[in-house]
Amino acid sequence: MLSQVKSCAIYGLESFLVDVEVDISSGLPAFDIVGLPDAAVKESRERVRAAIKNQNFDFPIKRITLNLAPADIKKEGPHFDLPIALGILSATEQLSAESLKQYAVVGELSLDGKVRPVNGILPMAIEVKEKNLKGIIVPWENTEEAAVIQGIEVIGVDTLKDAVDFFKGKFSIKAAKTTPKGQTPYRFEGDFSEVRGQENLKRCLEIAAAGHHNVIMIGPPGSGKTMIARRVPTILPSMTFEESLELTKIYSIAGLLSSHSGLISERPFRAPHHSISIIGMVGGGRIPKPGEVTLAHHGVLFLDELPEFPREVLELLRQPMEDGKITITRLNATVSYPSRFFLIASANPCPCGFYGDPFHECSCSPQQIHKYLAKISGPLLDRIDIQTEVAPVKFSDFESTSITDSATIKKKVENARLLQLERYKGENIYCNSQLTPGLISKYCKLGRAEKLLLKDAFNRFKLSARAYNRILKVSRTIADLEQSQDIKEDHLAEALRYRNLDKYYQNLKI
Amino acid sequence: MEDTELLIALNMIPMLGSKRISDIASTFKDMQSFMKAGRDEILQISGISDKLCEHILKNRDKINPSEEIIKAKKIGARIITIADKDYPELLGQIYDPPPVLYVLGDASTLKYNAIAIVGTRKASSYGRNVAEYFGRELASREINVVSGMARGIDSHAHKGALDAGGPTTAVLGCGIDIIYPPENINLMKKIIHCGCIITSFSMGMRPLPNNFPARNRIISGLSMGTLVVEAAEKSGSLITADFALEQGREVFAVPGSIMSPYSRGTHKLIKQGAKLVEKIDDILSELRLESAFSGDIKESGTTADLSGEERAIFELIDFQPVHIEQLLTESKKTSREINSIITRLELKGLIVTLPGGYVMKI
Repeated sequence: MLSQVKSCAIYGLESFLVDVEVDISSGLPAFDIVGLPDAAVKESRERVRAAIKNQNFDFPIKRITLNLAPADIKKEGPHFDLPIALGILSATEQLSAESLKQYAVVGELSLDGKVRPVNGILPMAIEVKEKNLKGIIVPWENTEEAAVIQGIEVIGVDTLKDAVDFFKGKFSIKAAKTTPKGQTPYRFEGDFSEVRGQENLKRCLEIAAAGHHNVIMIGPPGSGKTMIARRVPTILPSMTFEESLELTKIYSIAGLLSSHSGLISERPFRAPHHSISIIGMVGGGRIPKPGEVTLAHHGVLFLDELPEFPREVLELLRQPMEDGKITITRLNATVSYPSRFFLIASANPCPCGFYGDPFHECSCSPQQIHKYLAKISGPLLDRIDIQTEVAPVKFSDFESTSITDSATIKKKVENARLLQLERYKGENIYCNSQLTPGLISKYCKLGRAEKLLLKDAFNRFKLSARAYNRILKVSRTIADLEQSQDIKEDHLAEALRYRNLDKYYQNLKI
Repeated sequence: MEDTELLIALNMIPMLGSKRISDIASTFKDMQSFMKAGRDEILQISGISDKLCEHILKNRDKINPSEEIIKAKKIGARIITIADKDYPELLGQIYDPPPVLYVLGDASTLKYNAIAIVGTRKASSYGRNVAEYFGRELASREINVVSGMARGIDSHAHKGALDAGGPTTAVLGCGIDIIYPPENINLMKKIIHCGCIITSFSMGMRPLPNNFPARNRIISGLSMGTLVVEAAEKSGSLITADFALEQGREVFAVPGSIMSPYSRGTHKLIKQGAKLVEKIDDILSELRLESAFSGDIKESGTTADLSGEERAIFELIDFQPVHIEQLLTESKKTSREINSIITRLELKGLIVTLPGGYVMKI
């Protein structure tokens, strides 16, 4: 007796349909699984046997052969338990095979027959819709997540019996529906208005957010760098549905969605510690899993104490910063994960933290300072358009003249982004930070006075060629924030202020 | 007239001071007779002990002055001995002038009037600014700025002089073919381009700690006066100032904040009678150099063409570093306006921005 149940497997960020074929024949009792199962799939034999027995069904004392097709791709995870159990029940005619054909089934079983939640439900639901199946049977806790996809039935089941009853038509479960809003995996309450002082830094971050420019903040420890970075997601434009969907897929596969959560609607904020490994940062492993750069997709990647990160980890950030994706090649697979993140880094000015503070003696030698800052390589620094300084705490105590709140900044940022989207239609980029040197000369045209100012600045500040493009890109964004067509002198003059690291190096090297 | 080759050879023998070298050189006159000289002949020279004689004999065979001359030529260095007419006049007047100088760059730089600027290696931003300011002002009046190319004040004094495109001389505490401190390689190239680098040490000499007092003696010896910009209580710059006094030259000191650890040494000098320097004229009038240069002096920025809001911000900035957040609070302007104004003021040469988000007047 043969039966077939459809299920799904994950490859990278995508899902594909898997046929779970069960054959039961006479012979010595055995239970074999073929089709490149990993350990978790092989172990499902024991869970399925116990679950079937404990839900008062009959487990056949026969020779059971199970195939997961296509048989040439590794399958992993415990989510094949439920389809395997249903396949066995169907092959032993405890369940009609006909009704199974229209649905994909995923779920892990516990020994007593309860269905447990699994990872990667959202991409599976997308695959089910694309393959024109009628619906998907998912663990009850995963219903909201799957129901994000419109146009398919999402059936949440709590036990093996529920699933069997559903296919027998005895148990009607209403397909779950969801609105595209839900929880975020990491939600930071907060607002820019809560940060006292630091108006200069806030302005920097406003510009950075408006043009998607990466930022490095330099300042003594304890000056509020982390506090303000955590609030950056609150000034970024709201995510579009497509962005939310993509992000939710990533979190679904990484197993970071809590139960009963639908789409992620707020931008993520990831702050890995500097003890992070290469795999932790960019993803990988024997069977590749997304890393921090992918988890920060469409959101903020905050690297506190940037020079403390291992150099090889930092160098790996270059591809994702450039291409917006990271490709990982392993023996078993080559996968690409999206990683369009907004980098906010922080650094102390020197190992002791007092370099540049006129009121404290810095105890570091020039070599120490140089060595410390040189850990951030030139090519990486090239991709960080805005470099700013954080005031020591004593200056944040000052009564601020203006209290800027997140909502006001967000509005300005969104308007500036709209302007950029409109301007770069057909250029295959969407924001100022992506401008290539060729596009810079096309979109960052300067008038006579502006050219003079820039020339003057170059002679006086002895700027590098690297700095030149950065300054033009940033001044383009400053102009956009004011909805100005042209880059004016004021915009350039302000952009020239965000080149602090150059200055550090100049002071050290002379 | 002593033989050039002999002087170079003697200078290559470690531990031999200037006085001894000139004594030996005046005894033997040329290389050949020195090489042939026996133990007794050398011992006859006054002040040479058995031990020193042994040392000289031991090293005599190892050194090869003609090879040294070729080596120096290869890197473009010129060797000036005390016998040359190009030997710096002021340096020749001191008690024990170095018999041999290696010069890289334009040796005629040494003919200008010269002032030394020295100070601590760990300078504050105030000290760096002051060093650059005086370096620039002196060089723009065609006064040679002499310093030691060390980190901190020295480097900034050279930098100021280079900014004015004017003459500057770096005196090294190592061989002319050694770059020390290594991060100053670019500065060194620029100095060679606009002025010169000199040393009394033979090729390949490492920057040993003992070398530096000897170098400091040359710095003060080359100059009409020595300006100490910032020095901690126990600083090498104070040694240079002592040498200057010994050599009968002027000592100038720049005052600083009484709170700053880097101004203790300069304040000590002022208490002992060094001339307090606030502006360039304080130095020029003391040395009667006011009329020495009549060309155009490159002015630093003027406040004449400031717009209303630029002036308002400029007036809030002092000679002490002010943090930008403080300016924001005091001016009641937004960060957008302030940042743009600061760049303009900086471009006009009225203020400098310092690491850490500070700005100050220059």
